[in-house]
Amino acid sequence: MLVLEDVHTHYGKIEALHGVSVEVKKGEIVSLIGANGAGKTTLLMTVCGHPQASSGRVILNDRDITRKPTAQIMRSGIAIVPEGRRVFSGLTVEENLHMGGFFNTKAEIRKSQDHVYELFPRLKEREHQRAGTMSGGEQQMLAIGRALMSRPNMIILDEPSLGLAPLVIKQIFEIIGHLREEGITVFLVEQNAHQALNLADRGYVLETGRIRLHDTGKNLLANPDVQNAYLGG
Amino acid sequence: MAAQNLKHALFCAVITLIISYPILGFNLEAEGINIILNGAETSTIVMVFLAAVVVFLFQLFRENIMATLKSIPTPLPQANKEPMAENKRARIESWVLTAIVVLALFWPFFVSRGSVDLATLVLIYIMLALGLNVVVGLAGLLDLGYVAFYAVGAYTFALLSEYFGISFWMSLPLGALLAALFGLVLGFPVLRLRGDYLAIVTLGFGEIIRILLNNWTSLTGGPNGIGGIPEPTLFGMEFGRRVKEEGNTSFHETFGIAYSGEDKVIFLYLISLVLAVFTALVIRRFMRMPVGRAWEALREDEIAARSLGLNRTAVKLTAFTIGAFFAGFAGTVFASKQGFISPESFVFLESAIILAIVVLGGMGSQLGVILAAIAVTILPELAREFSEYRMLIFGAAMVLMMVWRPQGLMPMRRIHIELKKQE
Ligand SMILES: Nc1ncnc2c1ncn2[C@@H]1O[C@H](COP(=O)(O)OP(=O)(O)OP(=O)(O)O)[C@@H](O)[C@H]1O
Ligand SMILES: [Mg+2]
Repeated sequence: MLVLEDVHTHYGKIEALHGVSVEVKKGEIVSLIGANGAGKTTLLMTVCGHPQASSGRVILNDRDITRKPTAQIMRSGIAIVPEGRRVFSGLTVEENLHMGGFFNTKAEIRKSQDHVYELFPRLKEREHQRAGTMSGGEQQMLAIGRALMSRPNMIILDEPSLGLAPLVIKQIFEIIGHLREEGITVFLVEQNAHQALNLADRGYVLETGRIRLHDTGKNLLANPDVQNAYLGG
Repeated sequence: MAAQNLKHALFCAVITLIISYPILGFNLEAEGINIILNGAETSTIVMVFLAAVVVFLFQLFRENIMATLKSIPTPLPQANKEPMAENKRARIESWVLTAIVVLALFWPFFVSRGSVDLATLVLIYIMLALGLNVVVGLAGLLDLGYVAFYAVGAYTFALLSEYFGISFWMSLPLGALLAALFGLVLGFPVLRLRGDYLAIVTLGFGEIIRILLNNWTSLTGGPNGIGGIPEPTLFGMEFGRRVKEEGNTSFHETFGIAYSGEDKVIFLYLISLVLAVFTALVIRRFMRMPVGRAWEALREDEIAARSLGLNRTAVKLTAFTIGAFFAGFAGTVFASKQGFISPESFVFLESAIILAIVVLGGMGSQLGVILAAIAVTILPELAREFSEYRMLIFGAAMVLMMVWRPQGLMPMRRIHIELKKQE
């Protein structure tokens, strides 16, 4: 479904990704773990075309999107929950969700909105609250809900557990598991390696702009190197 | 704490003295071929010291004063509370607006010619401010050269009428469209810039247009401007004493009433009123459309908005172009009202005043912008006797506003879009 082939990405002269190849197949949950500054966010943003890869190819549903503008990529059945949530803080919960369905018809928006409220009853309770006044966990739910509004068949999440309490993290991961059951492909970036790999079908370990390891989630969890570096020994 | 306050207050008082004494306390006088330095009159010097004392006292009791200022109940109490039901609010706002418009329709028949003339100017500023409100208030793009589009509209009409004899009604859409085109062409390269960079580039653009108009003497008449710009006609009826254009008739003759110079002024006022209402309604419509929400989303968080598939440049460009369009509109009316325009009418100060209106009005709310436009245009006129201190009063009013209501007269209440419940 999503394939990155030998992708190099630069910020100005600095190369942040040195030839990364990743594949996410339809219906899978794939986790990408790595230390701070490894280039995880950069990898996801490269998929979105911001910044664009300087060489290599990004292929989504058999179409080469490497040089496509961000706006176009984001309208082709893929949605991202950006790092740090980035909800529209001045807008209400409902308006945030409506922004997520910007290119859909009203009937579609209504349907996806009901669906999101089903996944996150908490959002329904806070429908008319300004997003900026909600707790971090609620904002994360909103960010995920907003991404789901466009009815994507693939969702990319950048550190959804960032700064959240264990109980909320558990909830978020349950939802992610649930998304797979709905047939949505998930590409998950996490620092929280244990939970991310537990949930994932396959996982990648990114280290300073290179893929170090690639295996099933289970195997990576059992891998001593991974345990040392990312699971606190 | 108290000691620190005292020190600070003393410091401010001394600074006041240092700044004002040399400027006000001495006079340069010419005596024959020599220029000599005289001390000012005692009363002036007393005033300077008095000012220093006032500054000292104000700084000393600053906290108390500020607290009192803040606790003054605001005349629009609902602005502080949690938003009342959005649709109720919207209904009240439309009622207020309708009432204002109805009042404004009949009002000119009962007041002096000067007041009507001033009111026309207010309406022009309302158009300008509503247009800039889209750019700054809604889309969050700081445009310091807005007056350029105003100038484009005004000069389009002036030149078209001078060289091709085209009438007001034909020029109105042309001026607006040309201004919009300028907005589009300028916006395309500069809207990639953000915040301060955008402000500087638009500021430069405003100046370029003004300097161009000033120096292209063969076309625009340079600093001498263009005169003899015709007034609008009503279905081919002119409002002057004599018909100027062949084929036109004259208003007072057609209706068999005595000629009155006031008819013309009132007619222009009514046109401006209609156009201002048109501007407000069109922009309101845009705010409710998806593009209106896109402006807001982009202003709130550019990355998030882009992640949802919004095209950043296209969204910003629509705001910029729509804003420019209505500036062109206002410019055409302005040219017609004045009958004469020159680059002097389109200096940076105009941009600043329009921006001040938007900020005072509360960045985004239409009613607020309209009230602010009225206040900013009329107050200086009322304070004619202090015309020397106009800018001073203006500045003081701004500072007071920022202390008392930093969010503007009527902070933006975003229009709430609700999906109709499914039947
Ligand atoms: N806009 C930018 N301009 C220049 N360099 C950048 C930019 N964004 C990221 N980088 C650099 O690229 C490298 C990878 O950053 P990235 O944000 O992708 O890391 P990450 O794996 O997401 O880290 P974290 O877990 O802390 O979010 C870092 O060295 C960072 O300094
Ligand atoms: Mg990151």
